[in-house]
Amino acid sequence: MTGGTETVDEASQTPEAPPPSRAVVARFDHVSMVFEGNTAVDDLSLDIYEGEFFSLLGPSGCGKTTSLRMLGGFEEPTRGRVYLAGKDVTFQAPYTRDVNTVFQSYALFPHLDVFENVAFGLRRSRTAKAEVKRRVGEILEIVDLPNFERRRPNQLSGGQQQRVALARALVNEPSLLLLDEPMSALDAKLRRQMQVELKRIQTRVGITFLYVTHDQEEAMTMSDRLAVMRHGRIEGIGSPQEIYDSPTTEFVATFLGASNLLSGDVTGVDGSVATVTVANGQTLRVRVRRLPESRVGAPVKVGVRPEKISIGLSGPTLGGDHNSLRGRVKVSTFTGVGNQYIVEMPWGTDVTVYAQNIGEATAPRSGEEVVLTWPIEHTFAVRPMAPGTTEDGTNMGDSDE
Amino acid sequence: MPAVVWLVLLFVVPLVIMLSLSLKTCNPASGACTMTWNWGELPRQVNLYRTEFFTSLEYGAAATIVDLVLSFPIAYWIAFYGGRKKNFFLMMLLVPFFVSFVIRTLVWEFILSPSGFFLTFLRHAHLVNANFHVLGTGSAVIAGLAYNYLPFTALPLYVALERIDRRVLEAAYDLYASRRQAFMRVILPLSIPGIFAAFLLTFIPAFGDYVNQQILGGTSSTMIGTVIQNTFLVTGDYAAGSALSVVVLVISLVGIWLYSRVLGSRSIEEYL
Repeated sequence: MTGGTETVDEASQTPEAPPPSRAVVARFDHVSMVFEGNTAVDDLSLDIYEGEFFSLLGPSGCGKTTSLRMLGGFEEPTRGRVYLAGKDVTFQAPYTRDVNTVFQSYALFPHLDVFENVAFGLRRSRTAKAEVKRRVGEILEIVDLPNFERRRPNQLSGGQQQRVALARALVNEPSLLLLDEPMSALDAKLRRQMQVELKRIQTRVGITFLYVTHDQEEAMTMSDRLAVMRHGRIEGIGSPQEIYDSPTTEFVATFLGASNLLSGDVTGVDGSVATVTVANGQTLRVRVRRLPESRVGAPVKVGVRPEKISIGLSGPTLGGDHNSLRGRVKVSTFTGVGNQYIVEMPWGTDVTVYAQNIGEATAPRSGEEVVLTWPIEHTFAVRPMAPGTTEDGTNMGDSDE
Repeated sequence: MPAVVWLVLLFVVPLVIMLSLSLKTCNPASGACTMTWNWGELPRQVNLYRTEFFTSLEYGAAATIVDLVLSFPIAYWIAFYGGRKKNFFLMMLLVPFFVSFVIRTLVWEFILSPSGFFLTFLRHAHLVNANFHVLGTGSAVIAGLAYNYLPFTALPLYVALERIDRRVLEAAYDLYASRRQAFMRVILPLSIPGIFAAFLLTFIPAFGDYVNQQILGGTSSTMIGTVIQNTFLVTGDYAAGSALSVVVLVISLVGIWLYSRVLGSRSIEEYL
């Protein structure tokens, strides 16, 4: 989002404005969940709209699975209320709720074949026999498993089991489908295939999906909207592009994709552009509306995504509406699709740069002096995390463990 | 291969001795036996002790059913609600069985005797008349068998219930199954291998048991185990005793064969 919303003051708890005329399928209303003194979910408020693919993304222990289980009816919140289709279901048993779950381990019934697994929910809701047969056949077609009716779960591959788990939930046409890290048991290649597949199925059946994952790539590829969670709170919410291009906290900036973050202080505000001094008197410019705090002297971290930076042996310095930095290439790695550079600033900080492999002749080599340049529009700023907090997502690169 | 040596020495050799004995003819006075390939001994013994075989089948089956009914709730409760104390509860279940088999049965004789506190209480409460007795009846034998073989039922059931994936249960609730439906459609079918294993492990020893019938059943309907014991130790007819043992063995093997046909042989090993 390069020219979007207004200053986000309480970034962590402000959902985007609801798309007009879309009904709220599920709502968390100031929900907290305390397990033996540990707060797993901390005052969560969230609306999920009809038809959207919504992801809860975060490291393990951030409260995403607990939140999903509260919608499924497997956990009761300590405080707050949970609504489905406007109805308070906080303390309702799972089998009375119009939601279905795809479990992390699939949890297929080992004693039943594929047909009976998929038909389980329909049989409980006393659907007519012919209707059961028709709907099971139809959904197995959609998940691309025709002629698998009589197989047992233990005769299926991981990917097939996952499709059965999906079919078993979807066949009931719930108003909301909950998916609890459904891809975590699949290998990387199959996972990528299933991402495309899952999105296709969601579009086809039109059911609202709530998807829980720790894999930022998964969340970004499939979601219409996503929320990044940490310590039981939502740190950022919006479309994948909004969150990626304009992270509102340091955690979001580093957990979702890689970011270069440079600590500094606001030293001047000139109209819509602020100047931040980072180190050695080096200044960077950033849009005032993207500052967490526009007071002169406020500490901020200025950020830029590695692929937004262009790298050159010589070039314009501090020109026009661009930021630029000089440094020395410490490591240069060829990755096929491009080059990854780690460039050391004169004051010791490293900046990562991804340059696409589009056949440019002179790629800078290790030890060479370079100029890094990027547009002000691609510069964001976040509030520095309180010193001393241990973080689970501050590593560069993806956090796919 | 020391394991093979042990198996041959402790299992195959005695089995061959018993099988060959059953085909010999013995002189009860001298104890000398000669091989006569007397195949007729097997059907003759079956005909002779038909009643005792049926009594054993009946008592063994009754005790096993009582055990299944009693242990299922216990095993279920420990497996699903035992929490961190599961091992403690299992231990409690086994503690009485550290006492010798015969002594336990003798204590039951004392408890069920006409002057024991159980019947005294029932008489004082006017629930039974003065002539009511338990000892010396088939019920006492079945009760004794059920008591003595309870762990053989409870443990395999526990193992079967314990290994049911809790997430599968959650999936059942998620797919609109009430607690009762989840039990009938998921827990019960998934515990069937355990129920079968429990049945076999309880029924086979209960079928061949001779202690309970002698101590608690008195002279009433004799079980086949008692007959075998008497044939060996009282009559001294080793050929007849071995023939009877072979019949008992065959009946047990048929049971195991049926089990492995229905549920596969691997699932037997899992519960032993």
